[in-house]
Amino acid sequence: MLILHCPYCGVDADETELHAGGEAHVKRYGPGSSDAEFESYLFVRENPKGVHFERWRHANGCGKWFHAARCTSTLEVFGTYSAQTTEPPQEIKDKISAKRPGWSWREFA
Amino acid sequence: MSTRLAKGGRFLDKGKPVTFTFNGKRLKGYEGDTLASALLANGQVMVGRSFKYHRPRGIVASGAEEPNALMNHGAGGTFEPNQRATTTELYDGLQAGSQNHWPNLEFDVGAINAGFSRFLTAGFYYKMFIHPRPLWKHVYEPFIRQSAGLGKAPKEQDADTYEHFNVNVDVLVIGGGIAGLQAALAAGKSGAKVLVIEQTAHWGGRAMVDEPLAEGRIGGAPVDKFVEETRAALEKMPNVSMRLRLMGAGVYDHGYVLGYERLTDHAPTAAGPRHRLWRIRAKRIVTATGAIERPLSFAGNDVPGVMLASAVRDYVVNFGVSVGDRVVVVTNNDSAYLTAIAMKKAGLEVPCILDARPEGGGALMQAAQDLGIPVETGKAIAKVKGTRRVTGVAICVQAGEGAVLKEIACDAVAMSGGWSPVVHLWSHCGGKLTWDTGHAHFRPDVDNPPRDDAGEAFVIPVGTANGAMHIALALEDAEMSGRAAAKAAGHKPKPVATPDVTSPQEAAMEPVWLMPQGAPYELRMKAWLDFQNDVKVSDVQLAAQEGFESVEHAKRYTTLGMATDQGKLSNINGLAILSDALGQPIPQTGTTTFRPPYTPISMGAIAGEARGAVFQPIRRTPMQAWHDAHGADWEPVGHWRRPYAYPRSSESVHDAVMREVKNTRQALGLLDASTLGKIIVKGPDAGRFLDMMYTNMMSTLKVGKCRYGLMCSENGFLTDDGVVARIDEDTWLCHTTSGGADSVHGHMEEWLQTEWWDWKVYTANVTEQYAQIAVVGPNARKVLEKLGGMDVSKEALGFMEWKEGEIAGIPARAFRISFSGELSYEIAVPASQGLAFWEALMEAGAEFGAMPYGTEALHIMRAEKGFIMIGDETDGTVIPQDLGLHWALSKKKDDYLGKRAQERSHMADPTRWKLVGLETVDGAVLPDGAYAVAEGTNANGQRNVQGRVTSTYHSPTLDRGIAMGLVLHGPDRMGEVIEFPGVDGKTYKAKIVDPVFYDKDGEKQNV
Ligand SMILES: [Zn+2]
Repeated sequence: MLILHCPYCGVDADETELHAGGEAHVKRYGPGSSDAEFESYLFVRENPKGVHFERWRHANGCGKWFHAARCTSTLEVFGTYSAQTTEPPQEIKDKISAKRPGWSWREFA
Repeated sequence: MSTRLAKGGRFLDKGKPVTFTFNGKRLKGYEGDTLASALLANGQVMVGRSFKYHRPRGIVASGAEEPNALMNHGAGGTFEPNQRATTTELYDGLQAGSQNHWPNLEFDVGAINAGFSRFLTAGFYYKMFIHPRPLWKHVYEPFIRQSAGLGKAPKEQDADTYEHFNVNVDVLVIGGGIAGLQAALAAGKSGAKVLVIEQTAHWGGRAMVDEPLAEGRIGGAPVDKFVEETRAALEKMPNVSMRLRLMGAGVYDHGYVLGYERLTDHAPTAAGPRHRLWRIRAKRIVTATGAIERPLSFAGNDVPGVMLASAVRDYVVNFGVSVGDRVVVVTNNDSAYLTAIAMKKAGLEVPCILDARPEGGGALMQAAQDLGIPVETGKAIAKVKGTRRVTGVAICVQAGEGAVLKEIACDAVAMSGGWSPVVHLWSHCGGKLTWDTGHAHFRPDVDNPPRDDAGEAFVIPVGTANGAMHIALALEDAEMSGRAAAKAAGHKPKPVATPDVTSPQEAAMEPVWLMPQGAPYELRMKAWLDFQNDVKVSDVQLAAQEGFESVEHAKRYTTLGMATDQGKLSNINGLAILSDALGQPIPQTGTTTFRPPYTPISMGAIAGEARGAVFQPIRRTPMQAWHDAHGADWEPVGHWRRPYAYPRSSESVHDAVMREVKNTRQALGLLDASTLGKIIVKGPDAGRFLDMMYTNMMSTLKVGKCRYGLMCSENGFLTDDGVVARIDEDTWLCHTTSGGADSVHGHMEEWLQTEWWDWKVYTANVTEQYAQIAVVGPNARKVLEKLGGMDVSKEALGFMEWKEGEIAGIPARAFRISFSGELSYEIAVPASQGLAFWEALMEAGAEFGAMPYGTEALHIMRAEKGFIMIGDETDGTVIPQDLGLHWALSKKKDDYLGKRAQERSHMADPTRWKLVGLETVDGAVLPDGAYAVAEGTNANGQRNVQGRVTSTYHSPTLDRGIAMGLVLHGPDRMGEVIEFPGVDGKTYKAKIVDPVFYDKDGEKQNV
């Protein structure tokens, strides 16, 4: 059972307080988008062994969504940050680089 | 015979005899016995039958690893199957019975399977799958059903209580042997918060039996003195807690541990919960879980009386029980010599120690020989004699193929194939293993540990669980690791002196995976690996021969290690045989995955307090007690319960529903609609936001007006519906379905927080702040006028308008909306005044024929009007276009959730089934969910289908069956009759009609 730090209320929350929301930084495509773009938005997801970016909601807590950068293999958590961003903050990327040199995930590295 | 010795038994209180029953027979034991030791003391070696061949099976072990001695335990509300006799503490009045036999333990019909054992080899079930259906139905399935499962499920509700504990500690030490105690001491002295748990009722572990026999000493004193002093020192520390009978069941992500405490299993009349599930969060977990002895694989190693050597000496030392008068010891390592020494010192015969190693053992062999015990090196058991009890062994050379040198009469065999560290907890959360060639076992690979959120190891194995097989090494390891754990948890540990240890060094063990090493098929097919699941050496070899090269595949194919003991005894021996058959080293084969729990834990403990009314709390409307007092027949809706109908005395539920519909259509009906979701959406961007949430245009809704809206997922599917009212310039009130309020609110928040976070919008779920009552029927206006306070005339409050004010002196919002097709007001009042308002309506409405109505009448009236119901007409695959709701899809908006998806080719496919009304030809009610058949059959030989029923009722208004359904090209086929085969064998014929059955022009609601 994971523990993730909620960046809004500051609680180190047990997984039972949290609701997993799938991959982070997915770009929304609406009307006017191509079939390929819409497919990538709705259905195409990463499935990494290693560095991953996820959406979580502190559902049984403050109710806020946040993002977590963590390793799917070792369960190490590199950091949590606001969901109100389209890419991971530099500080988080630096932390990952320190521990997983040469990492990449989608367009981020 | 096994029997009670006159002396010995350090766990027993001989002053407290107890009586218990086994298969109805009254037997005697002592307080401190386990059920297993007490059975052995009464000469009961055979305790069950094996799973597949129903072979007689006896007690093999003395602890949690026991594969055979699984018992029915208790009776009635405390009955429980599959209880391990070796971990069941004896108490006065205990009732136990053996399992998996018919008609009785001594004579069992299923044992006939053993005669067919050549045909019941590895993969038997899988091979049978290729046979035709009739063979399955009449031959295999009855056979498998008969033999499936060991114990019987309890018939009565569990009479005991259970609870959960939540605990946070710095260091959790699992295992109360000398390593666990030493590690706890080292950690405790740093001031860290330490919890030490031990699954048995005693501190000290194996060392308490083995070291006195080996004449080992700690700090110059016997081991029990060290254990007692350490325990006492720990007890004194305020930062250390100690618990017996508490097992570490599972280790999970980021230092989460489930502990399983058995509080009253040994004293069932004591007060309090029976089991307690500990939910522990530990910064560091020290696993001091010891090691388990392995059996040896020789022909007849499953005959009752063949036991683990360690168990044999446990029974002598701990319980004063001899498993036999003449015990042959067979081993590949030094530890089994302790058993011979224990037996000899207890005055029993050890006719021979068979040491498979050509050079034999070290100091302990010498000690045994000094006691006059004959030792035969390089020798093995060719075969065990006897069926229900060992009568002797035939011996041979280990290096050969089993040619019998001589036979030795004996009534028990003590075997030792070496020791495997208990690595389960280390492995549960991803800790890797390394093969230790010297001891021929897997031990924790400390370079690949389970990791916490910082990427650091959070499990630290110590002692024999870490492969430190000598007591001196184990104590040193424990001391270091205890300190390391405390340090990692943020404390400053001080070095604790490791006491001097003297204990004989053991000679190297030698792996023996098959005895003798060249055993022919006849011997291999009698050499058991997994006692409970009846897997033999020959089965694993056959699996390898048939291409099951992966250890996980071989496990499932043979069922090796899949029994309730989860391969505690069989795992390594099975791996070794598989590796040998594949011609590769054991580490290359790898091991199967260890999964929690370590041993089975009770369902009661998992449930804890969450049972009965507490299992899932019920949400109640302010009028719930009134409904109850007026005979409501309840229906669950989400976490709510709603009145389905209000049957009167001697009235059936169906009749009540019919009456409620008629009364509402003809006079006045009242519905408790408080469960409807109510979400406030407020802010400068609220209109823009709702235009994205709903398929309709909500931003243009005028203040004071209501609009019916649809919500879709981004996949385009219809997910919720309800009436939206604009409260003021910046504020909308969104009504959702009763079950949907929380998820719709969550859905809104998700989009606001993660996609349009710069939009200025707040949402609040105010569902429970208001009681809401639908006042419905031709007399609806009359009762509101009588209560007074608000002008509810057609002119002042038109259809699809809302108004705020007071009714009957209670602040109220009246929404002029209708889900029934009648003149209707939904009136929201503060929840605290809901009951008062309801009662006022009932009283004032009496002269107008007011009656409450339930959800079924609501459903029938909406179906009569052709209104859809989320969950009936929708099932997650239906889009608004399927339901003829095009009018609710705004064409003016560029975007809304689901719009792009609804443009996908499959969504625009003209062959999507569309909503229609269905009218049975003879007026009967269509079966719910029935499919309409079409010409021809599909690839599976089933009839093709062309539609299905989504809602179906008897309409009291029309006095006939009415239904809604989704039908291929339905709206273009008005008047056509299609057929619905029912599960009752009848075929129902229904005409495709308009879904609006009642008041098509809406004149009734618009008055
Ligand atoms: Zn939070």
